[in-house]
Amino acid sequence: MSAGVGVNLENLWIRFGDFVAVRDANVNINGGDFFSFLGPSGCGKTTILRAVSGFLEPSEGNVLIGGNNMKGIGPNKRPTALIFQNLALFPLMKVWENITFSMEIKGASAKERRKRADELLDMIALTGQGDKLPAELSGGQKQRVAIARALCAEPDVLLLDEPLSALDLKLRQHMRSELREIQKRVGITFIYITHDQGEALTMSDNVAVMRAGVIDQIGDGKTIYNDPNTAFAASFVGENNVFRGTVKKVIGNEVMVSTNRSGDLMARISSNNVGKMKEGDDAMLFIRPEAFALAPVGTQGDHFVTAQVTKEEFEGNVFNIFMEGEGGKEMKVSLPNLGQSFESHKGEPMTLEYDVHNAVALPAGVLATE
Amino acid sequence: MPRFLREYFNRNGVGLGSVMLGLVLFWTIGLIILPQLSMLDFSFRPNLPPPEIGGPKDLYTLENYKYLIFGPEGGSQDYNAVDLKVFYRTLIAAVLVTLFNLMLCYPIAYYLAQTNGNHIRILALMLIIPYWINEILRAFALRIIFGESGVLNNLLVGAGVFDTPFDFIRNDIALYAGLGYAYILLMIFPIYNVIESLDRNQIEAARDMGASWTRIHRRVVIPYAKPGISSGCTMVFMLSAGALAAPQILGGPSSLWFTQLIYQQFNDNSDWPQGAAYAVVLLVTCILLVLALMRVFKVNMGDIGK
Repeated sequence: MSAGVGVNLENLWIRFGDFVAVRDANVNINGGDFFSFLGPSGCGKTTILRAVSGFLEPSEGNVLIGGNNMKGIGPNKRPTALIFQNLALFPLMKVWENITFSMEIKGASAKERRKRADELLDMIALTGQGDKLPAELSGGQKQRVAIARALCAEPDVLLLDEPLSALDLKLRQHMRSELREIQKRVGITFIYITHDQGEALTMSDNVAVMRAGVIDQIGDGKTIYNDPNTAFAASFVGENNVFRGTVKKVIGNEVMVSTNRSGDLMARISSNNVGKMKEGDDAMLFIRPEAFALAPVGTQGDHFVTAQVTKEEFEGNVFNIFMEGEGGKEMKVSLPNLGQSFESHKGEPMTLEYDVHNAVALPAGVLATE
Repeated sequence: MPRFLREYFNRNGVGLGSVMLGLVLFWTIGLIILPQLSMLDFSFRPNLPPPEIGGPKDLYTLENYKYLIFGPEGGSQDYNAVDLKVFYRTLIAAVLVTLFNLMLCYPIAYYLAQTNGNHIRILALMLIIPYWINEILRAFALRIIFGESGVLNNLLVGAGVFDTPFDFIRNDIALYAGLGYAYILLMIFPIYNVIESLDRNQIEAARDMGASWTRIHRRVVIPYAKPGISSGCTMVFMLSAGALAAPQILGGPSSLWFTQLIYQQFNDNSDWPQGAAYAVVLLVTCILLVLALMRVFKVNMGDIGK
């Protein structure tokens, strides 16, 4: 299998009538990468996938695969293979015929196809199941057959359109690591579409966060999680608590925001916004639930937050404490369960402390609604 | 009471359940099975004047069936060449009409089923509305189109394709066109129904793997549509072989349809037993032919009902 074919999107626009599905997307995907497009439904991520696979011609801009412009090249002529959300296995063909359909098209003999099917069935741990019909397999097995069918075509780029969304939680988590394994083994570029940030973060080398046709941020999982570019990225990826306010003072890479509810708070400016935030700007401050620690009640300061506790939850690995937050929304705090004793503070005020480095300040923007 | 019956009454209630069951039984037994049995009975009796019916001469006989094969007793030929020729020509023509219909309707059904948009509804209406017109009128309309001084001949002669008008009627083209057109809906809709439920991603998946359109149809769409295709073909074949109005109106003077022979026996010759025997032969042959073809194409009876 030819490894390491990159994909580039250059100034990609896709319009449906007046509706702009993808707005000026520029993405460079390295060969052999596991790359995810992450965003809520309707953000244009599937549209991008269809443009890469060739089912859709971009309105403007180019799709390059391995440096070659794909303009005018149909899906049957591109070095890509697509795994559909519903898998789209052929129900009337046996599993082995499904897997080797791409070879049948090229005119391979039944014997060759059978042999290749057996190899791939071994790889996906379905040895000896080739003569079954897809309907006789379980959800996870069908999933693996769809992957084998796509890999059989020996594509340079494998495109996956939320293929795990139909599986139950346990199987989904299992398939995550399995997909990552397969990708490492075959070494080809995977482009993965998902609305599940857990999937994107655990599997991908790089993630593009999308909102309403726009790519907000591209980076590896850690960067996306710790250093979001926009308020949307900060609120969509993982859980986050938002504090709205205005910039009071900029001190180097840090900023003091006078927040609507919790007084003046300090935060680190996200790296791509350093130098762009100035006094008087509307700002949003994001602090993750796990970034808080307990502090003596009533402590004042620019990295302390005090609020009423409304709800407490024990999740096993963490204690979740919900406190009165902004605009009726709850503020969530997760404290790791290290065997310490927790007393209920429901209805009482509680004070929390955070490390300024773990709070991110961003220009005010649209939040992810969930 | 068997379990399926008890479940049926539990689901529908005794009152409504009995009414529905009664109507269905009346329909199948009273309107289909009993008349057919009476025809079968007729076909084995001699043609007697009314006073002798039930008399000593009214005995079961194979005369009527022999007549189809050997012709009148003491006739000049060994076989009833005229009627037998009409019989197999009818069957072959019905098969050809069915095939022609399938080739015409499959693309239409596929297009209707796999395309979105308002124009699809308009297209479907345009297919359906002509069927509001009575069958005989439609046949006469086709006669006007295909006639010697008809619209089509005027166009073709005017365009210089033919020097003299072409006799579409004597050459049976009008008949085939009429029969084909008469049953296109019965071909389109079963195929449409099946293809509509075909997941479009399967077609895209095949395309993505490099399949040509021919292969997509051969390997993905047609196997999936097989129940609809066989259902449509069965109906069109049965109805074409049993059609009367279209052959009567559109058929050439020299080419009889077997149903016309049956009609003559019943009406012109007042020979009901003979007519019944012909009808039974046609029905049984058609059923056997359909069953044989279903076997060849590996279609189950259950699929046809889909």
